[in-house]
Amino acid sequence: MPYGYVWLLIMLGLAAGVAMMMMFLPLLLGPRNPVPTKYEPYESGMKPFMLPRRRFPVHYYLVAILFVVFDIEILFLYPWAVILRDLRWFGLVEMGVFLGIVLVGFVYAWRKGALEWIR
Amino acid sequence: MTLQDFMPILPEMVLLATAVAVLMVDTFLGDKRWLTWVGLVGVLLAGAATYWLALQPPADFQDMAASDAYTAFFRLVILVVTGLGLLMAMNWLEAHGEQQGEYNALLLLAAIGMTLMAAATHMLTLFVALELFSLCLYILAGFERERASSGEAALKYLLLGAFSSALFLYGIALVYAATGALTFAGIAQKASLSPLFLAGVGLLIVGFGFKVAAVPFHMWTPDVYQGAPTPVTAYMSVATKAAAFAAFVRLFVGTLGVEKSAWVPALAALAVLTMVVGNLAALSQHSLKRMLAYSSIAHAGYVLVGLAAANTTGTAAVLFYLLVYAFMNLGAFAVVIALERQGEGDVTLSQMRGLARTHPLLAAAMAIFMFSLTGVPPFAGFFGKLYLFQAAVQANLTWLAVIGVISSAVSAYYYLNVLVQIYMADPETPPTLAWRPVLGLATLVAVVFVVGIGLFPDFWLQLALGGMRVILG
Amino acid sequence: MIPLSWYLAVAAILFVIGFYGVLSRRNAIAILMGIELMLNAVNLNLVAFWRYTQPDQVAGQVFAIIVITVAAAEAAVGLALFIALYRLRGTVHIDEIDLLRG
Repeated sequence: MPYGYVWLLIMLGLAAGVAMMMMFLPLLLGPRNPVPTKYEPYESGMKPFMLPRRRFPVHYYLVAILFVVFDIEILFLYPWAVILRDLRWFGLVEMGVFLGIVLVGFVYAWRKGALEWIR
Repeated sequence: MTLQDFMPILPEMVLLATAVAVLMVDTFLGDKRWLTWVGLVGVLLAGAATYWLALQPPADFQDMAASDAYTAFFRLVILVVTGLGLLMAMNWLEAHGEQQGEYNALLLLAAIGMTLMAAATHMLTLFVALELFSLCLYILAGFERERASSGEAALKYLLLGAFSSALFLYGIALVYAATGALTFAGIAQKASLSPLFLAGVGLLIVGFGFKVAAVPFHMWTPDVYQGAPTPVTAYMSVATKAAAFAAFVRLFVGTLGVEKSAWVPALAALAVLTMVVGNLAALSQHSLKRMLAYSSIAHAGYVLVGLAAANTTGTAAVLFYLLVYAFMNLGAFAVVIALERQGEGDVTLSQMRGLARTHPLLAAAMAIFMFSLTGVPPFAGFFGKLYLFQAAVQANLTWLAVIGVISSAVSAYYYLNVLVQIYMADPETPPTLAWRPVLGLATLVAVVFVVGIGLFPDFWLQLALGGMRVILG
Repeated sequence: MIPLSWYLAVAAILFVIGFYGVLSRRNAIAILMGIELMLNAVNLNLVAFWRYTQPDQVAGQVFAIIVITVAAAEAAVGLALFIALYRLRGTVHIDEIDLLRG
């Protein structure tokens, strides 16, 4: 075995060490003073007047997921916009192709009814 | 840049256009029967493009991907597997009432990722290709939304797959730090045994280990293979292995070949563990899919032997074996699809009892696949193992070849046990059969190739050698 | 200027925290968050290496953008799968999802 693998072992050891530390330090260092106020959501705030665990309609998550996917597309537009002048027509066409593929996804989601709020 | 510059990735672009076309046909036309055929036409066109490219001088796409004999070999393997995957799923999707458009489009997108894995000559292409096919397969694994075990398979596959990608990515970042390069050529120039570089290479091995299901990174394999819809299991068991090993060989033997001493011991150790654990665990399985999952782990071990040999014959044997393995494993899974009962998503060994009496042709096909997987002489699987172990002996890794032969002798027990069930045992209940013409066609193609490659192994070995010469010069 | 090793240390710590999250959490969504943390640690690495070793080439930066995209796609697929599974099983705790055993 080459000597260099030692570093990999050291890194693995460090990773394990930090993980163990995170598990055991709270047991040692954490003060324990169980008074009833400790178990309230806000120890020094107002009393909660309703359970926060309401159910959201799951459709909300679907729309959020779709948003994330289309949101990331913008990320590619920024660097493209910076050098658009150098790329000239080629850049425009290529971004058109990229957006076209994204558009196909959008049309698909639309036609399949993923954007309807109530089904 | 001109249109000419895009020619090296023409097959991938054809596949992308096909996937988009499938989605649009699915969205705007009511008739679902066309979807498989649209996909198949796209695969054939991509195959034609691959053939045309193979006649051209080697070219590369912006230092990101290369189109050479090596890429062509894997494009061929993956396109054939994708075509068979589309065919095998067609009747199954109809019978289960699943979304055909999404299935076919995802399969085609996965195929793009897989062919790009073989073509990648840049870490960025490699990572994007890896993620592209992985993401498609996560969704496909959870395709049967009504069956809980399918969702469970998808969940486990996604969590462990994403975890391994993160490790892989950290490996890329460390190699980038050590060499300052992301292209394979640049990395090969600057490769040195610095700690940073070795840590990166180690993480890359872990990442690839997860993708090819090498022990000790195999924990997800049995659960995912058992829970995923059977056509998906069939596809991913062969195509993922081909794609991941394609990139594995190009990156390690090709690019990091100069620092061979650093990774050969690690790969040899992985190969031993994978062969032994895979074969031993397969012995005690009752579910056919789970048994084939452990068997696929063992086969990854055999392939790793060729990779550890790291010479031209060894890596050519890797290519040859991946081609052979694709057909024999797909064929075995086609039989599982035929036997699967509606809504169960799995077949037990006892369900196969007496198959030879009721369906002699199907039983004969299964016998051929099982013999080939064991490595019995006239069939393709024998030559695959022969070349791999020969190469190991040439590379002074005789002990590795010996372990390979012994563990593959152990594997004979569970493969032949299937045949005992089929031919000797009396049926408790006669096997029910979801036998349909298109699935039969796919099985027939697999049989023809397993027998054909077994009869003429030299032609295919020369193809593989031609691909490897590009990489090793 | 802050030395490179500091960035690398932060990235390594972030990576290890994510790693710990993946191994210790039992809720699938929390595991996914751990994985995202690991990916972001790599992003930090890539951008730091780019800035300190070859600021004239954009490879490292572009890689980071691609990684962000991939992470988003992974999260989208993951959450969609979790929702589908939750509808079926009523939980996404990996201890309770144990149909497949062998």
